[in-house]
Amino acid sequence: MGPSGTGKTTLLRLITGQVSADSGDIQVAGQDMRVLSRSELYVLRRRMGMLFQNGALLTDFSVFENVAFPLREHTDLTERLIRQLVLTKLQAVGLRGAAELMPAELSGGMSRRVALARAIVMDPELLIYDEPFVGLDPISLGVILRLIRRLNDTLGITSIVVSHDVQEISTVADQVFLLSGGKVVAGGTPQELKTNPTEIVKQFIGGLPDGPVPFHFPAADYFSELMSRSEDL
Amino acid sequence: MFGELWESFTDALEGLGSVVHFLYRLVVNTPRVLLRFSLISQQVFNSGALSLVIIMLSGLFVGMVLGLQGFQLLQRFGSAESLGTAATIGLVKELGPVVTALLFAGRAGTALASELGLMRATDQLSAMEMMAVDPIQRVVVPRFLGGVIAMPLLAAIFSVIGIYGAQLVGVQIMGVDSGSFWSQMRHAVSLTDVTEGIAKSFAFGVACSLIAVYQGYYATPTAEGVGRATTSTVVTSAVVILFLDYLITAAFL
Repeated sequence: MGPSGTGKTTLLRLITGQVSADSGDIQVAGQDMRVLSRSELYVLRRRMGMLFQNGALLTDFSVFENVAFPLREHTDLTERLIRQLVLTKLQAVGLRGAAELMPAELSGGMSRRVALARAIVMDPELLIYDEPFVGLDPISLGVILRLIRRLNDTLGITSIVVSHDVQEISTVADQVFLLSGGKVVAGGTPQELKTNPTEIVKQFIGGLPDGPVPFHFPAADYFSELMSRSEDL
Repeated sequence: MFGELWESFTDALEGLGSVVHFLYRLVVNTPRVLLRFSLISQQVFNSGALSLVIIMLSGLFVGMVLGLQGFQLLQRFGSAESLGTAATIGLVKELGPVVTALLFAGRAGTALASELGLMRATDQLSAMEMMAVDPIQRVVVPRFLGGVIAMPLLAAIFSVIGIYGAQLVGVQIMGVDSGSFWSQMRHAVSLTDVTEGIAKSFAFGVACSLIAVYQGYYATPTAEGVGRATTSTVVTSAVVILFLDYLITAAFL
């Protein structure tokens, strides 16, 4: 968790190897991301699933083909088996009935669920969610929340959820880390975070408009800027 | 003043360098994509078959104009029977490849660029990367090769229909002798002329497809960025086509 622009998505991109670190090292599944070759990175990525903010479904393909895409690219399974796998995953997100629809016909919440089915179709060990709650209505939000928790528990995987929704995260997370200014400023269970005395944690959890993260964007002194004569007036 | 000039010169050089590097990546990935030919044939259909109508119509009209203009010009010298030769050489060596490439850039090039740009803007390319699928291999190379294959075919169709267009006007309307139209053409048009045309349309195919996929792949992921990518695809393609046309013509002299 953390305020916007604090480096949450950058951290995700570092974990998934979409960008490489200038300094420091990143270990994913015991492997140092910095020394991986492109093909080793791709092998590692087959063990990860990632849910993008807007779903990022392939718009040329139907829902079914979107979920089948990783299987078709990486395996030689028979058509029958692919069909069974895809339908099971779609059933898990409650969209088996939407298999023949095109991505353009889906609502925001539905595309995210399809993307979720696609992310788990290769049975990853690590599932990464980038802002999965943004712009969802309360019902879709409840569905996504329940899916995140249920998939995590039933598939026995590790989930990383990036978000700035305090309420949602506290219901779904086991461990929360708060990022601010590119650094981890606090960590622990959602309960521990609520009682954390640090100013920045209090501001973020309480949603206070002013605090260590100031309300005002850095600017020159208000009075002197108002009173100064600008040359072009 | 000189500083700015120098800067835009180095910028242009840098751009050219990254295009060449991109082409290198495409070529390196080509063998693996060739194994999945269905991906390419799909794109030949998208770039080629869907441009057919505009190519055929334009070919017909260009041929008809050639027939009319050529007839008027040749008649002054009393050699209207050479109309077949004149029209064919004009079409096969010059107008066929060039006009086809310009139309291709407008019809298929813009479609490619905006498609890739939108895929970039909606994270589809990143999503593929995250599914351990290389978007260069899965998306870009098939589209590039599709264009490279489609262009010479389209240019050939353009020229053939153009020749019939010239024949339609020259022989059917203006009354040039049908026998001399065809026989003079078969005598005077050499294999080198046809080779030149094929070389041109192949080069234009590589250039147009490369420009389109490059512009789309590296488009700024916003609505404005995709729009700009589409525009510069057409503009850059047009300039590059005409420049290459001169180079290749000179090389065949």
